[in-house]
Amino acid sequence: MTAVPSYLSPTGQEIVFLLLGAVAVGSALLVVTTRQLVHAALWLVVSFGALAGCYVVLTAEFVAWVQVLIYVGAVVVLLLFGIMLTRAPIGRSADLDSGNRLVAAVVALATAGVLVAVVIDAFRTAYTPLEPGGGAAKELGASVFRTWVLPFEALSVLLLAALIGAIVLSRTDIKSGDEPPAPESRGE
Amino acid sequence: MHIVYPAVVAALLFSIGVYGVLARRNTILVLMSVELMLNAVNLNLVAFDVWLRDRLHGGQVLTLFVIVIAAAELGVGLAIVLALYRNRRTVDLDQLRELSEDQPMPAGRTLPPPQAGADQPGGGSGGERPVDDPATSGNGAAAGRQEKRASRGGVQ
Repeated sequence: MTAVPSYLSPTGQEIVFLLLGAVAVGSALLVVTTRQLVHAALWLVVSFGALAGCYVVLTAEFVAWVQVLIYVGAVVVLLLFGIMLTRAPIGRSADLDSGNRLVAAVVALATAGVLVAVVIDAFRTAYTPLEPGGGAAKELGASVFRTWVLPFEALSVLLLAALIGAIVLSRTDIKSGDEPPAPESRGE
Repeated sequence: MHIVYPAVVAALLFSIGVYGVLARRNTILVLMSVELMLNAVNLNLVAFDVWLRDRLHGGQVLTLFVIVIAAAELGVGLAIVLALYRNRRTVDLDQLRELSEDQPMPAGRTLPPPQAGADQPGGGSGGERPVDDPATSGNGAAAGRQEKRASRGGVQ
């Protein structure tokens, strides 16, 4: 077991990581507390971007770029489309939180307390020097297409299934023949 | 890099996601909170992959897989939310109680009479009425239940 460097003299990488982590956690807090639906999606961009920065600091650069491409590029745009298509109110709305906010805060604080305490107790002495290159596209690509190629292919089938499922759910002109049409609850 | 730092950041992100899932009412905001929780898991995976110096890069490859699965989940989830919005004109989670059991009403509350107004057919869309205190939201849930019974043809 090598000696663990002191927590009181953080390296530059650790300072950058902690700043990015603070940005990620702070904007995530704004995502779950903001009163404006669109702002929540935009704060989500900030949070995911800061997390991508965290991945870069942790030398996982390929994962960082995938995070930027898929989360910031695709997922948030999808969420914004969802907000638009459900005709959510633009601007301040009072009813984004349900009645059990207090219970939720208690549960979340308890989760945070338990997790942080356990994690600090367990990994107090864990330390690794960061060496660049471990998460480069070349290494990761070789790993994906050599060792993990079977789960990769299974995942592509799963993506296809999810795509077809989303299309079937979104189409309105597919009627099942045997059951009566769903009752219109709002009757227009 | 101390492994505690990414682990603590991931734990905080996860509990923020838990808060969002429990406290938010709009379904799209709940989906956003689920994404936050998945990202916390991803940060853990990357950090432990770097710490353990996995030769096969299992952690980072699993992170990529989780990102892909999250995208697929969000696609199907938003399709379900949009289908819901087409049929019910609302995406508020506490008005969608069709699959819940018929619980006994809390003491002191009664079912509102059927001619209670706002959620009669043609009486405007109930989804956009502001529900800001627990009493009103309880009434809304009760009204939704009653409406469901009415739409079943009064079987119960």
